[in-house]
Amino acid sequence: MMKVFKWSFVVAIFAWLYLPIAILVVNSFNVSKYGYEWQGFTLKWYEKLFHNEQLMQAFLNSLLIAALAATFATVLGTLMALAIHRYRFPMKAAASGMLFVVMMSPDIVLAITFLVIFIALGVELGFWSLLIAHITFCLPFVVITVYAQLKGFDRYLLEAAQDLGAGESRIFRLIILPLVFPAIIAGWLLSFTLSLDDVIISSFVTGPGFEILPIRVFSMVKVGVSPEVNVLAALLLSISLLLVTFSTLLLRRKY
Amino acid sequence: MPPQVKNLIKPLFSFRRGVIFLTLFWLGLFVLVPHVLVLVTSVLTPDPQHLAVWPVTLDSWARLFDPLYVEVFWHSLWLSAVTTVICLLLGYPFAWILAKLPGVWRGVLLFLMIVPFWTNSLIRTYAIKLILGNKGLVNTLLVGAGITDKPVELLYTPFAVIFGLVYVLLPFMVLPLVSSFDKLDRNLIEAAHDLGAGWWQRFRHIILPLTMPGVVAGCLIVFLPAMGMFYVADLLGGAKNLLLGNIIKNQFLVVRDWPFGAAFSVALIGIMAALMWLYFLANQRINRQGGLDDEGI
Repeated sequence: MMKVFKWSFVVAIFAWLYLPIAILVVNSFNVSKYGYEWQGFTLKWYEKLFHNEQLMQAFLNSLLIAALAATFATVLGTLMALAIHRYRFPMKAAASGMLFVVMMSPDIVLAITFLVIFIALGVELGFWSLLIAHITFCLPFVVITVYAQLKGFDRYLLEAAQDLGAGESRIFRLIILPLVFPAIIAGWLLSFTLSLDDVIISSFVTGPGFEILPIRVFSMVKVGVSPEVNVLAALLLSISLLLVTFSTLLLRRKY
Repeated sequence: MPPQVKNLIKPLFSFRRGVIFLTLFWLGLFVLVPHVLVLVTSVLTPDPQHLAVWPVTLDSWARLFDPLYVEVFWHSLWLSAVTTVICLLLGYPFAWILAKLPGVWRGVLLFLMIVPFWTNSLIRTYAIKLILGNKGLVNTLLVGAGITDKPVELLYTPFAVIFGLVYVLLPFMVLPLVSSFDKLDRNLIEAAHDLGAGWWQRFRHIILPLTMPGVVAGCLIVFLPAMGMFYVADLLGGAKNLLLGNIIKNQFLVVRDWPFGAAFSVALIGIMAALMWLYFLANQRINRQGGLDDEGI
């Protein structure tokens, strides 16, 4: 009895999490524009999206920012995790504190701090502001993922390398990097996910020259129903699933 | 470059120095300085042309106590608090069940919690809007089942905003809770059971106190972002159910009264700091209790 109750609770939560998304994906193939009932299979919304140049551009820009931000955040975050784990330097506690602040701050607060610094520095809002903001808010998540892995492995390996005369950059390249590789992949995927999901920070640091998805979509869905958004949901989901499947296969082969 | 110069420069540009410099430079420029700038902006004078100018004034701070804004502030706090409580009530048992599962299943279900993030949260909020609409799924079911004879007005109510916030934020509650259930020592529960503690006593005196850090962490990362999610309020709440985020966004991007918007943000940071202090207290208490337990054993 308890078991039945337990599992129906789990199923109900997942159904609730997935139902709205499932409706979007199903409706992306639905002839009916409003999607209240099934009127037959079509690909016309996909065609319509591919012909909607502005929306398509915003979609590609979003993917570009997510991929670039994830990559830079992973590189920078791995180095920061290394610094915090391995080196002693002034203001180290402050550095970890700042990473903690970025992780815990609500997006709206981060969004404002980014907007203020970009205006103060005279950075034009657009590609660069979006990229820097996305890198920064992904950073702490990469750092904690990599840091946890660094803490887990054998210190003697590094000491042995040091005794044998390897320099810092060599130790990093030949020992640390291969050992934390799974954490690096995990950090990249997490960053990619966070960047793609973000609405609030992007709304503040975007500019007319470079538009990304949430800003375009916002104006579309505020007024009414747009079937192209259903298609976007389906595409985003499939691209991310492909990425994860790919990286899982990659990791399985290596380890 | 002559070798003497090279030897002088070399120690300045080691790998180690480079990494440390990059860390401090990036975090200083894009985290520390911006936070200080927001704090400074909140005490400047608004200016339509230059956004914020001298002299220093506390006008923006005084305006926070304008009854109009105080009302929005409380309403926003209330919406976020209800959201947090619902997330906790759903998330706590859910995380418990997940944490007790065998490895593979646990991984799969945790992974399934992340998947929805890949459709941008704005698009998910739009999906909720479709479901709650007059011809949406919920009303179709209600009318179809004969519970109501005409569609219920669900959209543009506090209910819709809370529904949307819980939908977007529930995974953030579940993940820290799962990790704190992982750390829970099962032997303690068993020991309590052997000593005759009932279900409620085991929960109240062992499980709840030991998972408190997870509870507080989950509540923090639901409650604080909830106040900022202006797009949820925009799509589902209509004009009456504003969140703090809507005011801040409006002040920064539409009215362009930066000092006032900044004052609101600093107030939000203040709430955040106060709640984090509570978090550290909760953590400290657990550690102390853990220490006592060790001595006892």
